[in-house]
Amino acid sequence: MSQSLTLEKYEKGTSLWTDAWVRLKKNHLAITGLVFLIVLALLCLFAPLLTPYGYEEQNIALGASGPSLQHWLGTDTFGRDLLSRILYGGRVSLAVGLVATAVSLIIGVTYGAIAGYVGGRVDAVMMRFVDIVYALPFMIFVVLLMVVFGRNLILLFLAIGAVEWLTMARIVRGQVQTLRQQEFVEAAIAMGLSNWTIIRKHLIPNSLGPVIVYTTLTIPSVMLFEAFLSFLGLGIQPPQSSWGVLISYGVETMEEYPWLLIFPGLLLSITLFALNFLGDGLRDALDVRSSKD
Amino acid sequence: MSLLDVNDLSVYFHTRDGVIKAVENVSFSVDQGETLAIVGESGSGKSVACYSLLGLIPMPPGKIESGTAMFENDDLLKASTDKLRAVRGDDICMVFQDPMTCLNPYMTIGKQLIEPLVYKRCYTKEKAKERVIELLQEVGIRNPASNFDAWPHEFSGGMRQRAMIAMALISEPKLLIADEPTTALDVTIQKQILELVVNLQKRRNIGVIFISHDLAVVRSLADQVVVMESGQIVERGTTEALFNAPQHPYTQKLLAAIPSGAKNVESRAEEKTLVEVTGLTTSFYDRSTHQPFKAVDSASFALKKGEILGLVGESGSGKSTLGRSILNLVQSESGSVKYRGQEISGLSAKQMRPYRKHMQMIFQDPYSSLNPRMTIFDTLAEPLKLQGLKSRTEIIDAVFEIMDDVGLKRSYVRKYPHEFSGGQRQRIAIGRAVATKPEFIVADEPVSALDVTIQKQILDLLLELVEKHDLSMLFISHDLAVVRAVCDRVLVMNAGRILEEGETEALWASPKDAYTKTLLSASHVLV
Repeated sequence: MSQSLTLEKYEKGTSLWTDAWVRLKKNHLAITGLVFLIVLALLCLFAPLLTPYGYEEQNIALGASGPSLQHWLGTDTFGRDLLSRILYGGRVSLAVGLVATAVSLIIGVTYGAIAGYVGGRVDAVMMRFVDIVYALPFMIFVVLLMVVFGRNLILLFLAIGAVEWLTMARIVRGQVQTLRQQEFVEAAIAMGLSNWTIIRKHLIPNSLGPVIVYTTLTIPSVMLFEAFLSFLGLGIQPPQSSWGVLISYGVETMEEYPWLLIFPGLLLSITLFALNFLGDGLRDALDVRSSKD
Repeated sequence: MSLLDVNDLSVYFHTRDGVIKAVENVSFSVDQGETLAIVGESGSGKSVACYSLLGLIPMPPGKIESGTAMFENDDLLKASTDKLRAVRGDDICMVFQDPMTCLNPYMTIGKQLIEPLVYKRCYTKEKAKERVIELLQEVGIRNPASNFDAWPHEFSGGMRQRAMIAMALISEPKLLIADEPTTALDVTIQKQILELVVNLQKRRNIGVIFISHDLAVVRSLADQVVVMESGQIVERGTTEALFNAPQHPYTQKLLAAIPSGAKNVESRAEEKTLVEVTGLTTSFYDRSTHQPFKAVDSASFALKKGEILGLVGESGSGKSTLGRSILNLVQSESGSVKYRGQEISGLSAKQMRPYRKHMQMIFQDPYSSLNPRMTIFDTLAEPLKLQGLKSRTEIIDAVFEIMDDVGLKRSYVRKYPHEFSGGQRQRIAIGRAVATKPEFIVADEPVSALDVTIQKQILDLLLELVEKHDLSMLFISHDLAVVRAVCDRVLVMNAGRILEEGETEALWASPKDAYTKTLLSASHVLV
């Protein structure tokens, strides 16, 4: 009996996600960006296995030297290999980008979905709170957090995430408000599903398109933000490195050792480009209006 | 020679998913003073055929592959953009389906109508205004002088459509193309607009192309009819000949699908009352003034077990709100709803939950009533899980049973809603509603968004399910012919109140209320 009652023998439909993926695959720029990001992430992740030098391994005798066969991207004033430092720094930068965005995603999507679904007074209060936090100069907010709780990586993740979720919440709320008018949500209510199930199964999956697009655009802004904080001396501290730290250091020595600024700066720019291309491609791919209906 | 002579027109759309042959080798002609109706179901290419003549289809992806369209010795298909624009403004005018989206909401009616006269014909403002007021009078807008300064939102749907027609007539066109001009309108208004079109055509002796899916409407006004199916003309002829002796099987199918006459299944109504509504009132509050507006005003009726009760009314009559209020999807203000003698009005969402599986709803728009990210299996399994079906084989078994019930192939089980047509989607939605084995279903315009042939299939399905699962149904519709074919008893609603109630055939034979009489006569004229 169970033999005849499996679904797998039936042809699988194309979900909207598959459909979007097919479209994304045709966008060469976006796919190039995606491949670049994956390669970069793998390189950074396996940096300890790949690089012959540690990120804090000094060679004072060598000092700052330009790109050479031993040190592909040169060394800094302490004789530390720049490539190693960039890859190790990339771990921090990418991790900040991903984790902080994930934090903002979780808070923002839940918050926005609840506000949009419940509506009325609850919605008004929740969104006014968002407005208030929006109005705070977020730079000062993060700086204050850093000063009060001391500098550490986890806090940096949380602090940036706690600032970035606001826009996400607004986007999701708007999406949910339109979706709520749709009859399939009314049908779910008529069926007797609990509010939470309706939000989880019907509203959030349908509002994810714009969220994903916005996510790919949030990651670069978060990475920039981390770079900025480190640049100011509020983020990651030496000898640990992140792209922001490296750039900040590169600026100090720009005139004598330009490669210390050029390489980290270039990599950050390319990464941001890649993310933006991917975000753009995703937006086109997920845009329902340009799809078959 | 004809006014417009279209020969061998083919229009293809080159899309990502391949070439869609929207119109293929279509030929038709219209004479002065003649009305040609192009009939077909959605997607048959009837609109594309006309729009492409005026350069109104998006190109790309659209492309005119072949054909000629002679209008006053010019081939419209080869005309330059400027030439086409001139033709559009002066000689051929269009009236669209939705009058609201065609008027600029930030300009008064008069201003919009004056524009072409002042800018294209160099009328002075005073003279243009005089002319426009004359026209408004001609299309039957009351107090044209004071309505000249009205805003589009102050006009009702029917008045907007009149204004649109006035706008189309302003340049004294030789040909009027009307694309489903009455589809968005209520039946009583529909009748008035159709009469207006017929009168204007006679008076001005112009040619009219009337695009419609509604055969009853076509019959009442067209001289010639062409029937289109998937891009091709399958039959053509005079209205008389075509309606009396259709040749092509598709035309025969279309004509057979028009609901007509009385219900041919016996009523299953029992003595026992299942749902009793007394003095139910539901109000909405105006956003800016906070004034209450009674959408449903002390409605009372009883629905017997096994009965199909029709609820008829024009748009804005509150019939949908009444249906939703009964199911507690909209909060009612006062009154009571008793289901099997239990009071359910005013219950909280949680208290309501045990009743939900006994009372379900079928919605109008099959495109928005299904979650686009869930497969058919997930959609149908959801209510089953809610009922407490646990094991996967049990659920799969039950899902297949439902799919068989509503006439969906089992092989569709893993597909998504966007892979289905409107009719199939409505079957899925109906399947979801009957999945919980309810006793009572509110069907809110379940066939209004569907083509006529599909409409018949879905109505048959509903009747079949009612019998098989011993359902009782509140059938909400604006379409009197459909209601007559399905319902045992009918409630007539207007402006929030239930005006009349009676056995379907008795009501049709001798309506008592004045409004019911107008409603019935408006629909009789059409058939």
